[in-house]
Amino acid sequence: MTAADVSLWAALPAAFLLVCGGLLTLVGSLGLLRLEVFYARIHAPTMGSTLGAGCVLIASMLVSSAVAGRPVIHELLITVFILITSPVTAMLLMRAAMHRTRD
Amino acid sequence: MNAILPWAVHFALACFAFAMLFALLRLLRGPAAQDRVLAFDTLYINGMLTILMLGIGTGSAVYFDIALLIALFGFVGSTVLAKFLLRGEVIEP
Repeated sequence: MTAADVSLWAALPAAFLLVCGGLLTLVGSLGLLRLEVFYARIHAPTMGSTLGAGCVLIASMLVSSAVAGRPVIHELLITVFILITSPVTAMLLMRAAMHRTRD
Repeated sequence: MNAILPWAVHFALACFAFAMLFALLRLLRGPAAQDRVLAFDTLYINGMLTILMLGIGTGSAVYFDIALLIALFGFVGSTVLAKFLLRGEVIEP
């Protein structure tokens, strides 16, 4: 069972979500490369780590549910984990940057 | 049967490859240490999404565990680096 055998009702929204997630993540990393200041740069990859990862994980849930023939939702584990941990890292990094640039 | 899902998987794989390349350039170029830590954070999230994309493309369930492990250890790594930048020590007595 590969990706070409998934039925059409799951393949169409999954393909749309994959294209959206890929483009969002690409724009986020481009912002990380191109923005000028660190405080502006820390905003850019959050788009990839929330919306991009959410789109890809919903698409993965759709495809694995269609492959298995029953609802498979264990990708929710990664989604919840990313949504909890990425603000923690961003907050610690922001405090470290303020601490390092103050003096 | 229908070729739209493999096409989307390949498109997203190319997007994630370029995103990882941009994050790697920032990791090598970043003027301060916190830029490098931020680039590392982006890099591991993009790598995790790439692994998930391979899982969608092959229809195998093994890749989910690899993605979960990358998310776990990437969070630990970037948090430890940020804490080290913040305090100069990771585990304080």
